[in-house]
Amino acid sequence: MKSIHVTTTVNGEPAEFICTPDETLLDVLRNRLGLTGSKEGCGTGDCGACSVTVNGRLVCSCLVLGAEAEGAEITTIEGMASGEALHPLQRHFIESAALQCGICTPGILVAAKALLEQNPDPSDSEIRYWLAGNLCRCTGYDKIINAVKSAAAEMRSN
Amino acid sequence: MPLDTPKRKFKVVGTRPPRPDGLDKVTGRALYGADMTAPGMLTGRILRSPHAHARIKSIDTSAAEALAGVRAVITAADLPVLEDDFIRDIQDNCMARGKALYDGHAVAAVAATDAATARKALKLIKVDYEILPHVTDVDAAMKPGAPVVQKGRTLENVPAGMSENVTSHCEFGHGDLPSGFAKADKIIERSFRTAATHQGYIEPHACLASFTSDGKADLWCCTQGQFFVRTLCAQMMGMEASQLRVTSSEIGGGFGGKTTVFIEPVALALSRKSGRPVKIVMTRDEVFKATGPTVSSSMDIRIGMTRNGRITAGEAHLRYSGGAFPNATIEMGGQAAFAAYDLGAVRTFGWNILTNRPKEAAYRAPGAPMAIYAVESVVDELCQELGLDPLKVRLLNAARKGTKSSYGPTFDDIGLVATLEAATRHPHYTAPLGPNQGRGLSCGFWFNFGGNTCVSLNVNTDGTVGVTEGNPDIGGSRASISLMAAEELGIPYEKVRTFVADTASLGYNDVTDGSRVTFAVGLATIKAARAAIRNMCARAAKIWGIDEEAVEWIDGAACPAGPNAGKFPPMTLAEIAAVSAETGGPIAGHHEVNADGAGVSFGVHLVDVEVDPETGATKVLRYTVFQDAGKAVHPDYVEGQMQGGAVQGIGWALNEEYIYGDDGRLQNAGFLDYRVPVASDLPPIETVILEIPNPGHPYGVRGVGETPIVPPLAAIANAVSRAVGVRMTELPMSPPRLLKALLSKG
Amino acid sequence: MRYIAAKTADEAAGLLVDEPGLARILAGGTDLLVQLKSGLVEPDLVVDIKNIPGIRDVTPENGGFRIGAAVSAAELGEHKGVLALWPGVVEGVELIGSTQVQGRATMVGNLCNGSPAGDAVPGLVAANATVRITGPGGSRDCPVLDIPAGPGKTTLAKGEIITSVFLPARPENASDAYLRFIPRTEMDIGVASAGVSLELAADGAISAARVALGAVAPKVLLVADAATAIVGSKLEDGALAALAKACEAACNPIDDKRGTIEFRTRTAGVLARRAALIAYQRAGGSK
Repeated sequence: MKSIHVTTTVNGEPAEFICTPDETLLDVLRNRLGLTGSKEGCGTGDCGACSVTVNGRLVCSCLVLGAEAEGAEITTIEGMASGEALHPLQRHFIESAALQCGICTPGILVAAKALLEQNPDPSDSEIRYWLAGNLCRCTGYDKIINAVKSAAAEMRSN
Repeated sequence: MPLDTPKRKFKVVGTRPPRPDGLDKVTGRALYGADMTAPGMLTGRILRSPHAHARIKSIDTSAAEALAGVRAVITAADLPVLEDDFIRDIQDNCMARGKALYDGHAVAAVAATDAATARKALKLIKVDYEILPHVTDVDAAMKPGAPVVQKGRTLENVPAGMSENVTSHCEFGHGDLPSGFAKADKIIERSFRTAATHQGYIEPHACLASFTSDGKADLWCCTQGQFFVRTLCAQMMGMEASQLRVTSSEIGGGFGGKTTVFIEPVALALSRKSGRPVKIVMTRDEVFKATGPTVSSSMDIRIGMTRNGRITAGEAHLRYSGGAFPNATIEMGGQAAFAAYDLGAVRTFGWNILTNRPKEAAYRAPGAPMAIYAVESVVDELCQELGLDPLKVRLLNAARKGTKSSYGPTFDDIGLVATLEAATRHPHYTAPLGPNQGRGLSCGFWFNFGGNTCVSLNVNTDGTVGVTEGNPDIGGSRASISLMAAEELGIPYEKVRTFVADTASLGYNDVTDGSRVTFAVGLATIKAARAAIRNMCARAAKIWGIDEEAVEWIDGAACPAGPNAGKFPPMTLAEIAAVSAETGGPIAGHHEVNADGAGVSFGVHLVDVEVDPETGATKVLRYTVFQDAGKAVHPDYVEGQMQGGAVQGIGWALNEEYIYGDDGRLQNAGFLDYRVPVASDLPPIETVILEIPNPGHPYGVRGVGETPIVPPLAAIANAVSRAVGVRMTELPMSPPRLLKALLSKG
Repeated sequence: MRYIAAKTADEAAGLLVDEPGLARILAGGTDLLVQLKSGLVEPDLVVDIKNIPGIRDVTPENGGFRIGAAVSAAELGEHKGVLALWPGVVEGVELIGSTQVQGRATMVGNLCNGSPAGDAVPGLVAANATVRITGPGGSRDCPVLDIPAGPGKTTLAKGEIITSVFLPARPENASDAYLRFIPRTEMDIGVASAGVSLELAADGAISAARVALGAVAPKVLLVADAATAIVGSKLEDGALAALAKACEAACNPIDDKRGTIEFRTRTAGVLARRAALIAYQRAGGSK
């Protein structure tokens, strides 16, 4: 299979990589760019652990080909904190005990951030439906919903 | 190690500080099984049987071996023939020998320079199968004449004349059943069935093995028990334990499913054969097909009750199948079934049956949820029939201190009555309900466990403390262990850091299972801290020139014990640590124990549901968990266990199941059709923590992880029954099943 | 496998025609990548159509809308004009998969995947939508109803690609609705579904109706008898019962891991009834 050269932007930095045509963006991020924060829980778009944004749109990176990233802007969990300063969602996830094993956490944080960017004051139900594609098997979701709400409240007050 | 005093005032234990692994997990930095790499690493992949039951006549790997980029191909022939049944079963489950026993059973594996080559190589392996008749249903497998999954596995206590698939029988209980039933005003007898379910951890199994030519090996993997992995793999590789170091990664969920090995011996064998590090990561499809789901069950329950609600007798016949290999889960089901009740006459009879399905692994309270679902359903139906309040009936019959349990031991301090009383007082129990809505409740139980535990606590010269323990953190245990160490030492939580050791760094620790870690590792940590405290008191005594016995430890500092000891200002841990080089060298405390006294756990769940009578869809409207935690070390993570367990139970009750086709193949090996609850399916899960101290732990701690998965099954069935008048005796209560029941009710 | 991002529809059609092996079109990829992952398909060529000019646009046309084949579900859901005119179509599209899948999945992809359970399709059929096809023989329009040919199959010829969907104009007092049944609240494939489009006369009686059912036959069904059952009515109980009965009679489902024949049949009628009531209310009808 002939490899493809792709030029893209990842977490605000220019990035280039070579990938095979059938390689997913998730595989590229994890295996070629060393960004292992995005996780593969299913490879079929059913768990959301690989959530990233492509041109501002929330997607499962396991359902995107690496080749499609040409010219795109990609953000991953690794780009969520600004240097030492955690994003309010990250902070509230720790403070509200919204994670246990943590394997779903990067995907949920990326998804929750995308939600708050378009809806700064979501209801419980809106959060639950928005995150329905992010499976968590440890928490029962309760503390996750609370953490998103408290982070949203803090972000609205700033 | 007995309870210090029920009145002990805690300073750190019971607070809710941030978990130490939190930052790495919210930034994507935490390293899980699939995140490990090694230079020169190969990709391992496994060829799996497409048949539910087939004799492997031959395997031709020559074409795969000839493919460029393939560095090793293995089959069962590359693994030793083991004597011991227990470990041989585990190995045969990792790589089929002679027969493929279920759809997805591994038959060969390759290691290649990249994933694409490995995939291609698998297609070049030719397996000549002779397809055999199969059986996946527990009742069908029990019938004489059923296809026999494995011959010669039946224990002596199984009567002759049954199918050879029946491998063991067990019986528990006491009292005289006939006279018990004779005292009843109402007897209900019902049969129940539950489908196999899966733990559904989001992280697929992953490992990286590196064998060197001098016979040493390293294995990194996501596991609930690195020491057990070492025991198993060392035997399968014919190595001494010291030559294999196993390091556990962060673990992306286990719930019991990562207490054994599946791919680890395969990766080691491939690495040994290829001379290169080999990484294997399961696909989700492989996780469902070839790891360890629960048993499926078929059960008959008979319970008698007086008209005022006293249970006079209980009898259960439980038939479990945990797949193609014998297992003892039936014994836990048999013991747990009636554990919530104080009964004069009780008996459970259990049978384990082989089927052509994957080998069961533990899943949160293994064996208990299905048995208790059946019992709690019948208790609820008796309450309905006799017009009795279901909480009052449970209080009337509740096991308490001094009760001879249905499985033998007499209970010490337990929290069932307290949880039932808390449920009675809670506003949820009396809140109004609308049309097609119903409220259900159920008790839950788990034995809890202690086990082999080894902890090392090191006092650093800067006044900080490192705790080295040997159990992967699946529920926040590093936080709770740090809290207990800080409590005992009298220093801030932030001064303690807890590490999970590899197998070379600590003595043997049992697997993280049975809700043992906060109890047993906590207990060993407290003891290790006390050993360090004795050491620090001795150092202070040496500095002060007084007897060691004249020094006591108060609030993180050594102090003279009373005025006769002399007048010295207290020396803090940091001050003692700073001069340790001058007083005898490094300061540490250790503790090794095979812990008992775990203290059983009880919980009660209340649930409101609404059923759509036209579609059979069940919506969970409100959910409250009441549970005795003994002492909640980190209440956030106690609540987290209660909530997470409850939601797994909700999934089990409503939608989760292994669905087999007539061909014996698994139909729903993915998260699309193995339907775990999603966020929008659920209401908030309210929690009420009760603290009835466990007399077997210095702080009163009990394990909390298992119990919460037990009650939801019956609680939801009971709520559905009260909402729409149908008694669901088969799980899951999926919409087609419930609609069918509603339509046949008319 | 080769990956080519086509720059025009003609280029894409040409690539597909010229490919001697297996070729697949990539728009949102939410079905294709799952098939690649499982090894179900091993294409020799994947043609990405997202870079074709105009293929991601929503354009007003003759009182309706032309929606490019690569417009994602999320983009469609954010288009206020389409949402106001065809709310049932949009709610069907918005039920496909998770938020993440919505960011990629397209109506046309859902249609061309050929699943009888595709959530976009009953709404489009009820709306009498058409698709525009570019192929080796030039361009043609075709009703959505005629695209599916059975599970996983379409009537498109080799080299043909759908470039847009056209949702027509509709009179005042008209609306539509779509409902599906799934075991959970999200993330499942529909077990049965119904799309209903209604037009009301001045007196509030239904003057025209189209009722489409999903997941109850090898293809999405347009059930003429179901429409007949409610035309002229104001969805009185008798009309609703006749609607449900007509739907049940049209069902020809399978038993599988997602539902039984009995369940699918029964639920299709229930959903059609409920969707009709929603569409009726949206169209300004009152009961």
